[in-house]
Amino acid sequence: MNETKDTISTDGVGIIQMRHVSKWYGDFQVLANCTTAVDKGEVVVVCGPSGSGKSTLIKVINGLEPFQEGTIIFNGTSVGDRTTNLPKLRSQIGMVFQNFELFPHISIMQNIKLAQMKVLGREDDQARNRSMELLERVGLTDQRDKFPAQLSGGQQQRVAIARGLAMDPMAMLFDEPTSALDPEMINEVLDVMTELAKEGMTMMVVSHEMGFAKRVADRVIFMDQGRIVEDATKDDFFGTPRGDRAQLFLSKILHH
Amino acid sequence: MESGGFDFHIIFHSIPFLAKGMGLTLLLTVLGIAGGLVFGTLLALARLAPFKVLSFVAGSYVNFFRSMPLILVIFWFYFLVPLVLGQEIGAFQSVLIAFIMFEAAYYCEIMRAGIQSVKVGQAYAGEALGLTYPQNMRYVVLPQAFRNMIPILVSQAIVLFQDTALVYVVGLSDFLYSADIVANSENRLMEMYVTVAIVYFALCSWGQFQVRNLQKKFAHE
Amino acid sequence: MRGALRVGLSVVVLLGLTGCAGDFRYNWQWSILACTSENIDAGCIGPYFYWILQGLWWTIAVASAAWVIAFSLGSVIGILRTLDKPILVVVPFVKSPIYFRTRWIGTSKGIITVDVGWFLHGFANIYVTVFRNVPLLVQLFLWYFVFPELLPHDAGMWLKRDLPFPEVSTAIFCLGLYTASRVAEQVRAGINSISRGQQYAAMAIGLTPVQVYRYVLLPVSFRIIIPPLTSDFLGVFKNSSLALTIGVLELTAMTRQIEEYSYAGFEAFTAATVLYIGVTAIVMWAMRIVEARVRIPGMISLQAK
Repeated sequence: MNETKDTISTDGVGIIQMRHVSKWYGDFQVLANCTTAVDKGEVVVVCGPSGSGKSTLIKVINGLEPFQEGTIIFNGTSVGDRTTNLPKLRSQIGMVFQNFELFPHISIMQNIKLAQMKVLGREDDQARNRSMELLERVGLTDQRDKFPAQLSGGQQQRVAIARGLAMDPMAMLFDEPTSALDPEMINEVLDVMTELAKEGMTMMVVSHEMGFAKRVADRVIFMDQGRIVEDATKDDFFGTPRGDRAQLFLSKILHH
Repeated sequence: MESGGFDFHIIFHSIPFLAKGMGLTLLLTVLGIAGGLVFGTLLALARLAPFKVLSFVAGSYVNFFRSMPLILVIFWFYFLVPLVLGQEIGAFQSVLIAFIMFEAAYYCEIMRAGIQSVKVGQAYAGEALGLTYPQNMRYVVLPQAFRNMIPILVSQAIVLFQDTALVYVVGLSDFLYSADIVANSENRLMEMYVTVAIVYFALCSWGQFQVRNLQKKFAHE
Repeated sequence: MRGALRVGLSVVVLLGLTGCAGDFRYNWQWSILACTSENIDAGCIGPYFYWILQGLWWTIAVASAAWVIAFSLGSVIGILRTLDKPILVVVPFVKSPIYFRTRWIGTSKGIITVDVGWFLHGFANIYVTVFRNVPLLVQLFLWYFVFPELLPHDAGMWLKRDLPFPEVSTAIFCLGLYTASRVAEQVRAGINSISRGQQYAAMAIGLTPVQVYRYVLLPVSFRIIIPPLTSDFLGVFKNSSLALTIGVLELTAMTRQIEEYSYAGFEAFTAATVLYIGVTAIVMWAMRIVEARVRIPGMISLQAK
């Protein structure tokens, strides 16, 4: 049952367009016929039980994981095409990981400057200034010369967001950004993400934080066993979910 | 090359002689492993013992033998042992002692890592049951340590197997030296050395393959 | 330094003990070590002191030169061994429905792509397998005795006649190649120990594969492998002693020579032993300084999750 067809936005330029994407790890099918789109400025939250393929869904968008069937178009470029310049494509998409993945051997400032200088070719001063702007935005200017291991989890994740924003991307992908954080630090990261959304960034967020989804998301996607089962606007999703599976999931996690 | 072409005959002819050499190599390897492992485990226990003097001596022993080239150790024992004992003993015996004492230092480090990889709780459980230290070691800790280290121990055995070739320097007729004798008497260095290389390669590759299988096997547990 | 002190003490103790052991018929001639060409008298037949220094010099020279080869070549090979993702080189001007490799990102028609990484990866695997499974002494003989015969006549002749310092060069070359295989293994292990997430993060910000290695993977993995690399470096010093079999007069060879001339084997070998231990101690001390200098602030251990 393909309920998702009628919820794909056909008006406006969809920055991310995914059509009939399937992926296998050997014999195991991780993504099955996934079709969806994210418009400019939209915030889409992807949720679902573990093993449903949500992390993989995010990772195929910027080509971190290959996929066997289907097409993904980001801002007019086909991600799956063999002739696509993936590094260039990825410089237009920012990504934030569950385990922060800051580079441990360089300072915070250098973490944020690295891609600007090596990929975008910015000058040292330019990169430094932009990095300071971003550090201010996430509230961490005084940590700029420290090393990742000296920061708390919440601080590291905020730096990771700044690192993603340093490339002035067209869209940001978040792979369970708060799942590895102690509870008291979750809000500092969610606040930054909420700000970003308000400023009109196109975002696709894999997360269990339904409170965040209710407040900030435009659409919610529910995945189960590699399929997109629900793909509805926020009000529809939280108001009247259609499928049993989604209902079950929601009832289990909607305690806030 | 004087008489062109690769002479296979010489290889076939010398097979019995080479086989004898390989026999000595294998004997040295097996005895070296056995002695080295036993002595090495004792050293590891000594190093981990709470008595400062014991761990100091064991530690010094290990650092000492790990700083020296094997060839020098072989020379030491080849010249030293008869002098100390006041009588001549065979080359094989001196070399064997040299090997065991040398490899024990390496096995000690492996077993020490192995013992430390056994969860501390295990030793406590053994003590709580009333086992004495030797009993605890023998029945609880060492068997697990040994199992954890099997892939590395086999790797070290392969290294030891290759190290036996060094007895060449004291003229002991192992595989390499036997091949060398044939090579020099028949003036066929190329054929003999290539044969030696291929045989070693085959045996060691097989050994490495076993190590990888063992690693896979133990990784699942 | 404490380690060296420990060892030194135990050497002295050991020697003392053996000296006292019963039937010990031996003329101690420690003065033999101070023989130079000036004070050749009844006891000294040759300038043993200089021989020892010469031997030490050759040991250090062979080992250092071999290490330079081993480290550079080994790092490259180790990196090649980690290339299990395809490196696709598109050959765009040839249109054909044939694909060389079946793993690619997405789908594409009518273009030949060659997976260069597969060949490099395979070469690196073969290299390491070959050099690890043949004893070093056998490799040395192969290079010294067999290799010149396999070359075309002129090249072979050049190797046998005109190569400067033939034994030393061969020893350095052979030792370098052998140790490179060990270094390759350490480098590979280091790179593989870095979590997948780090690689993803590096790729996600738009770094090309080369940049990922250069700015993220290699800086961290080389710090991780400093301890095992140190032991490989010491291994080169120890393995340099094998060169005595092809006539290189390094330290062990020299002490053997002294033993043959003066029958003062004990003293000679002790000198060699002390020097080897000394070299080891100095190297370990130097490595500890290096490790301290490149340590990443805030991290006790560099083991990635």
